[in-house]
Amino acid sequence: MRELLDDLDRWRAAGKRCVLGRVVGIEGSGPRDPGAAMAVNEEGEVVGSVSGGCVEGAVVAEALEMLRANSDAKVVTFGYSDDEAFAVGLTCGGTIHLFLQELTW
Amino acid sequence: MSLYDELARRLRAHTPTALAVVIDGPHAGATMLVSPGEPVLGGLGNDELTRVAARDTLGELEAGRTSTRHYGPQGQTTPEDLVDSPTVRVFIESFAPPPHMVIFGAVDFTSALARAAKLLGYRVTVCDARKVFATARRFPMADDIMVAWPDEVFLTHGNHLGPRDAVCILTHDPKFDVPAIQGALRTKVGYIGVMGSRKTHAKRMERLAEVGLHSDELGRVMSPIGLDIGARTPEETAISICGEIIARRTGRTAQSLSATTGAIH
Repeated sequence: MRELLDDLDRWRAAGKRCVLGRVVGIEGSGPRDPGAAMAVNEEGEVVGSVSGGCVEGAVVAEALEMLRANSDAKVVTFGYSDDEAFAVGLTCGGTIHLFLQELTW
Repeated sequence: MSLYDELARRLRAHTPTALAVVIDGPHAGATMLVSPGEPVLGGLGNDELTRVAARDTLGELEAGRTSTRHYGPQGQTTPEDLVDSPTVRVFIESFAPPPHMVIFGAVDFTSALARAAKLLGYRVTVCDARKVFATARRFPMADDIMVAWPDEVFLTHGNHLGPRDAVCILTHDPKFDVPAIQGALRTKVGYIGVMGSRKTHAKRMERLAEVGLHSDELGRVMSPIGLDIGARTPEETAISICGEIIARRTGRTAQSLSATTGAIH
């Protein structure tokens, strides 16, 4: 989170909406620990990362859709072991749970 | 001031703080910010849940842990109360201050080690008793520079050093090394490394025994410092030292992954 502050400040000062994505759980092998964070603004600008690059693209798409639809905060799961998992997996074979939320607080 | 602004302020000031958010259950997305000795900011949508989770969040912060906790909608924690009750999952993220590396000796290796430590997120303090060497001009990457003898350094920082922190002694000078090692051993610092050739190391161990240190205490001292990766330049040596610090903390063997089996993370 710390590494996102400068960009988040800039976006907020410019009145840009953004979604914060945080790793809240991992199963098996995961490249980033809980707390790893990324943020996506309404123009598709991205800072931070939540994996070794495996799922960031899918997070951006999901975040933009959330902003468009004014969606509530939610947990999304990436990885092959979950029935409801997104189509995108982690190359390391683990499962990663992300909490996505528009930064309104 | 918004919750985010206050979080950003505390993170930049290195104030220990933790963020708790409901990730599942009623009021998903409700967020609170907790720091020791400060009133709770924000909340989790139910007063009792906020109170109970804030108490747990402080505990997690003290341990420097990030975790997910489960509660009933009114903060119930006992298993009987949670039967047939929807579960609220709360993600607690602790922001502990960065680990601290104290480097003794303003020598050639110091600047490379300080740079590598900054890369890993350490707060770096460089200490040397010689004013002409311990300057911000020579070590612009250091967070603090102390022109002082080891006793004074440990008087200032000793109480704060813990398992995530490191003391690296690069002075090569017994009149500095010995008190620095003695001072470091009196702290709870997780890593103590001392630079020197095998010959210097052997002589140093004799001196330390002379001043009354026992072999079980000296077992904490990594000397000669660093992993055996054939490092020669200051930069390579810095990597060798940082590799050893990481391997000691994680309890790993520091072999090539291609030569081992089992889980990587």
